[in-house]
Amino acid sequence: MAHLLQATDIVKEFQGHRALSKVSINVPKGSIFGLLGPNGAGKTTLIRIINQITAPDSGTVTFNGHPLKREDVSRIGYLPEERGLYKKMKVGEQSLYLAQLKGLSAAEAQKTLKYWFDKFEMSGWWNKKVEELSKGMQQKVQFITTVLHKPDLLIFDEPFSGFDPINVNLLKDEILKLKEDGATIIFSTHNMASVEELCDHITLINDSETILEGEIGEIRNKYRSNIISVGIEGDTDKIAKNLDKKFEILSANENGMEKEVRIKIPADSLPNELIQALVPLTEIHSYNELIPGMNDIFIQAVNNASKKGN
Amino acid sequence: MSKTFLIVKREYITRVRKKSFLIMSALGPLLFAAFMIVPGYLASMEDTDVKTVAVIDNSLILTTYDTGSPISVIPETKYLKFKVIENTELEVLKKNFSSTGYYAVLFIPKNILASNKTLIYSNKQPSLEVTSHIKHSIENEIEKQKLTATEIENLDEILQKIETSIKVSNIKWTKDGEDKKSNTGLVMGIGYASGLLIYFFIFLFGAQVMRGVLEEKNSRIVEVIISSVKPLQLMMGKIIGIGLVGLTQFLIWIVFTGVLVVGAQKLIMPELTQQMPVEQIVSNDLFSDQIPMEAIQDQPTEGNDELQAGSEFIMDILGSFESINPVKILIAFIFYFIFGFLLYASMFAVVGAASDTETDTHQFMLPITLPLILGIFVMMSTMNNPDGGLAFWFSMIPFTSPIVMMVRMPFEVPLWELLLSGSILIITFIGMTWVSAKIYRTGILMYGKKVNYKELWKWLKYKN
Repeated sequence: MAHLLQATDIVKEFQGHRALSKVSINVPKGSIFGLLGPNGAGKTTLIRIINQITAPDSGTVTFNGHPLKREDVSRIGYLPEERGLYKKMKVGEQSLYLAQLKGLSAAEAQKTLKYWFDKFEMSGWWNKKVEELSKGMQQKVQFITTVLHKPDLLIFDEPFSGFDPINVNLLKDEILKLKEDGATIIFSTHNMASVEELCDHITLINDSETILEGEIGEIRNKYRSNIISVGIEGDTDKIAKNLDKKFEILSANENGMEKEVRIKIPADSLPNELIQALVPLTEIHSYNELIPGMNDIFIQAVNNASKKGN
Repeated sequence: MSKTFLIVKREYITRVRKKSFLIMSALGPLLFAAFMIVPGYLASMEDTDVKTVAVIDNSLILTTYDTGSPISVIPETKYLKFKVIENTELEVLKKNFSSTGYYAVLFIPKNILASNKTLIYSNKQPSLEVTSHIKHSIENEIEKQKLTATEIENLDEILQKIETSIKVSNIKWTKDGEDKKSNTGLVMGIGYASGLLIYFFIFLFGAQVMRGVLEEKNSRIVEVIISSVKPLQLMMGKIIGIGLVGLTQFLIWIVFTGVLVVGAQKLIMPELTQQMPVEQIVSNDLFSDQIPMEAIQDQPTEGNDELQAGSEFIMDILGSFESINPVKILIAFIFYFIFGFLLYASMFAVVGAASDTETDTHQFMLPITLPLILGIFVMMSTMNNPDGGLAFWFSMIPFTSPIVMMVRMPFEVPLWELLLSGSILIITFIGMTWVSAKIYRTGILMYGKKVNYKELWKWLKYKN
């Protein structure tokens, strides 16, 4: 798979403190790439290196097949976590200014801005000062100025913070649309639900090192617990007594008429084996493999890494 | 379009459009013009109320009866009259003073020749003009009477002959043997004014650079911007933009102050401007060798003395301008003005980058304010000794040279000193900008950290 961005063995040290040690990320073209990690793991430093705000001590960054160079900033759109706008400046003027800094001509910028302002129904804001807008409105302006110059690579650092649920959905739709239009997106967040929803690939950094990376489905597969939740009607004791011992009953909960039994199956067994074993014993209402969410995976991976470190 | 240019443009346009800029542009000239015009206007404004002073002359030597009725020897002016009152006691006059309408009562005691004392009674403080007029008139009259009493013949003639007034014209001998008139006061004034102007410019607009950096940090826009441009570009764009705003402001101030002052003079003091007709200046061959000759020629006694004095004053000024080479001074001024600002502005930018709030900035202000204030102090002493060691060294040190050298400029600084001082300033500016940019790029992305000088030193050593 072609990669739009590859950062290889990035090392960055600040006086007495290692922010990144040999971190690599490979961002496939046209994907949404989740850059995850606890606070202080080094995500922002890595993002700043990609944006050429700071330079790595060692390691290489390749963009679209060539070593990252100064001109590439016009091909990247960056929405930092710490973001803002000039408060005293008018919305339209400011958007034009930021677009021109990204290399757009004044006329182009004007045209694209009009498209986005119409789309987000904010044409009336053009001559308003930024300080007159609500925080959510300001965030929309920031989003527009990030994507305006149609960059190949978009970097969103906690894009949803400060948005209400309606606007979060609006933004998610826009991000997915940008992906459809061919943009590659790096997405850094602590909101694991949105990672599950949006990301194709992730890299998890902890304490300056990569601890987990890959396609999101594969990762979840790797972390599957082989626990099946079965909804039954009947006697749980009967099951406990008669079920093949290779299946381990973890818990049984009564839930009104229905009972939920959690059963751990051996890693090499197929789902049907359990069903076949259960059918003679009980009525099956539901059958569900418990796949760990990204939230669990995140916590588990970070905890494991910390234990190893200690 | 270059990105630095875009930044310069934004900094310039947003600032020039600010209300505070417009207000300052309007208020500045009004204030300066007021400073220049009002004292002159007040001085020229005459009290147009006619005041009458009652004179009780008990000595009788200050009253004449030439026309029959008693008249005081104190000469009357347009607005000050004197009325000699006889056969009235001071006490009586005092009792119904307010109903008499007199401005004051001048009481001349009998023994004035011995006591040298007179008294002025009034229900309010008599103006200085009135008292000094009375004092000088009485002094003159009594001196005259005493002289007459000596019975010397042709006294008036003798007096006229011995009256002397000496004018001192400064002629400076330059190396190529030319004579040049110089006016030390004006020369010092120009130096002082340009030094102060540079000082204020650095402080006013340097602080704006600092606040601009803080604004970008606090509004959190800085990271968005430096993902598009280099921190150095952002810093230099800001400095240049604000510098241009400052130049614009100063230009507006100078032009409008000039317009206001000239306009006000035409309006308020038309007599003054009429007294100095232009032809008078032109007709004098100012820059010829004749100037020193003219200066020692006898003053023509006939004609308008004031007019003569006026045109001579202007000649003096123009002569002095010739001697101090205004083009050279102007070039030096613009040079030190611009590079002095650039040197300090990058330091101000660092202070802004290292701070989170305006209060944080105070701890870093000392290295900026100290040399500037030192510059002002040295400037004062430089005026007395423009070629001394102190003046020389402080006009070489780049942090004080913009102020100190400007004061030395009118006293003809050797070219090598100017070139050396200028080169040191440029080199320091480049070095300072390089150092500042390194600290700046780290500082603008630091939030909520208590920064000290040690921390700044660390930032300086960071790679990129």
